[in-house]
This record gives sequence, structure tokens and C-alpha cells, in this order.
Amino acid sequence: MTPEEKRSAFRTGFFDGLPIGLGYISVSFTFGMMAVEKGMPAWAAILISFTNLTSAGQFAGLDVIAASGSMIEMALVQLVINLRYALMSLSWSQRLHPEFNWVKRMIIAFADTDEVFAVSSARAAGGKKLRFIYMIGLMIMPIVGWTGGTVIGALASAILPDVVRSALGLAIYGMFIAIIVPPARDHRSVAVVVLAAVAVSCLFHFTPILNRLSSGFVIIICGVGASALGAWLFPLTEEAADTEIELNDEIKCAEEKKGDRCDC
Amino acid sequence: MTAEHLLIYTAVMAGVTYLIRVLPLVLFRNEIKSPFVKSFLYYIPYAVLGAMTIPAVFTATHSIISACVGLAVAVIMAWHRKGLLPVAVAACVAVFVTEWLMRVI
Repeated sequence: MTPEEKRSAFRTGFFDGLPIGLGYISVSFTFGMMAVEKGMPAWAAILISFTNLTSAGQFAGLDVIAASGSMIEMALVQLVINLRYALMSLSWSQRLHPEFNWVKRMIIAFADTDEVFAVSSARAAGGKKLRFIYMIGLMIMPIVGWTGGTVIGALASAILPDVVRSALGLAIYGMFIAIIVPPARDHRSVAVVVLAAVAVSCLFHFTPILNRLSSGFVIIICGVGASALGAWLFPLTEEAADTEIELNDEIKCAEEKKGDRCDC
Repeated sequence: MTAEHLLIYTAVMAGVTYLIRVLPLVLFRNEIKSPFVKSFLYYIPYAVLGAMTIPAVFTATHSIISACVGLAVAVIMAWHRKGLLPVAVAACVAVFVTEWLMRVI
């Protein structure tokens, strides 16, 4: 690659990452706020966001810390909730340019989030290979947005009025709903898995004795149980594979629209 | 919650999360073949998010009524395929307005 090509690839990555980073601010803001409300110092919340770069895992981790859960529990919670990243990394490994040695792979692994994965996959559509310099550009704003949002949330928590904090308490759940509902609407299998997980989660929350189990383990049991049920009842078929393709096509379409040459 | 404890928790969280991300990238190059494992990994995020949302969402705000209104607004918006940010913002506004109405009435 010439220096110009490198600069251009970096710029492309940076601007692909910009909307992701902006979107992350609001969620990580809630994380910083919730962490401080649960009695955690601001520096710890910021350090967690900077080193973890993941939403669901961090929120669940917060519960484990607040309940003084064991380290084993913490490790298991992270493993179950973040297992999906393994699948994305696996997919990435098939799409990397040969220039990726193991050091470069170790660097980009850090920024393997749902959104970064989705955008980079769209860039790699049609068998194109991802370049390292593009990935570096792509990583910057998500990391800055996620960490920066936590800084603002952790520090602003003390000065925000009570009513605003109450309202913001729903932000993360609104986001989760936005992830779950559309595929559940389209695929009965996803709907069944979600409802099964919700039912088990309620069972553990409201049944005496069972409700003494910490929330981290409850999430593991619900996640593994409902997903195993789904995999057993509805093994991944063309239907599910199609969803992923549709998703990629949407991103590709949005990308092309930016360049004013969308024909889809 | 000592600083030392927090640092160990953070290290465990970050360590496990990073290992999940890095191991497949450095070690494996072959695609997963087992339909069960593929399906299991496909369903995991939905199951986990569902379990994390309900029933926790009902105690996320000052009153269960405002939480229910916020949840309903989020589900309706998500059903109509609004993005993550619009859904989250609308849910927050719904909670804010509901709690304001509850104080006024």
C-alpha cells in the first residue's frame, strides 16, 4: 500500500467508526451512572469500560461486584454473556488480509464488538479482505466513545436531578429491547428462546429459596438453558442464515447510499 | 469494596472477555461445523438480553408504573424497527413524562 492508500484506508475506517462511537456514548453514560450509584468509584467504572469495551457483560459484571460475588462467578458470567464474540472473531479470521500476523490479530481482537463486527463485515462483503490500517481507524471512535461516555456518566451522576436519573435507568433496557424484538418478530425460534429465558429469569426472581441465587448465575442458567433449548428445537437453518445475510445487505445498502450509488 | 478488590474484578472481566475475542482469531481458521453449537451461539445474545431485561426492568426506575410504560413504549418502537438510540431515548422520555404526570395528578 502506498502512503496515500494507507491514509485513505485509515480515514475510511475512522469515519465508519464515528457513528458507532457516538451511539456508544449514551449507553456507556448509563453504565458510568449506574456504577457510581451502586457505590463504585468513578475511576473503577472508567477503567472497566476502557478495558472491557462491551455492554451486556459490563452491566452484568456490575451486579456481580455490587453483590460481592466470587471471581469464579464473574468469570463465568463474562464467558457466557460474551461467548458470541468468539463467533465473530472466528468469522473475522476468515476475512483478514494475509498481512495480519498474530500481533495484529491480538490488537484488533480488543475491539471485537457487535457493531464494529457488523460494519467491518459489510466492508469485507464480496470476498474483499480487511486491511490492518482500516481496522485501526475503525477501532478509534468506538473506544473513545465508550470510555468517554462512562467518564461523563460517572462524573455527572452526582449533579443530575433524581427524576432524570430514574428515567435514564431505563435506557439500557430500551436498548436491549431494540436488539431482541425485531428478530423475535421475524423468527418464532428467537421469540421462543427469549420467552423461555424470561420465564426462567422470573422463576428465579420470584420463587423463595431460588431467589437467593445471585443474578450472575441466574443469567448463566437462563442464557445457556434457553439457547440450548433453541438449538435443540430449532437448529440453525437457512432461515437464520438468511437473517444474517439480510442484515449485511442492509448495512451494505446504507454504505452505498452514502456514496449516492444505491441500487438496492 | 476496596480498590484492590475492584482491580481484581476488573482484571477478571477484561481478561475473560479479551480471551474470548482473541483465541478464535489467533488459533482457529476453520469454520464451526456443528449445527448445535452454531445455533447455540446464535441464540445466546437474545436469551441473555431477555433474562437481563425481565424482571430487572421493573425496578429500574422509581415506580413500577413508569417502568411498565417505558417498557411498553420500547417494545412498540422496537416492533416497528426503530434503531437502538431512538428506542432507548423514547423509553427514557416515557418514564420521565409518566413520573411527572404521577406527581401532578
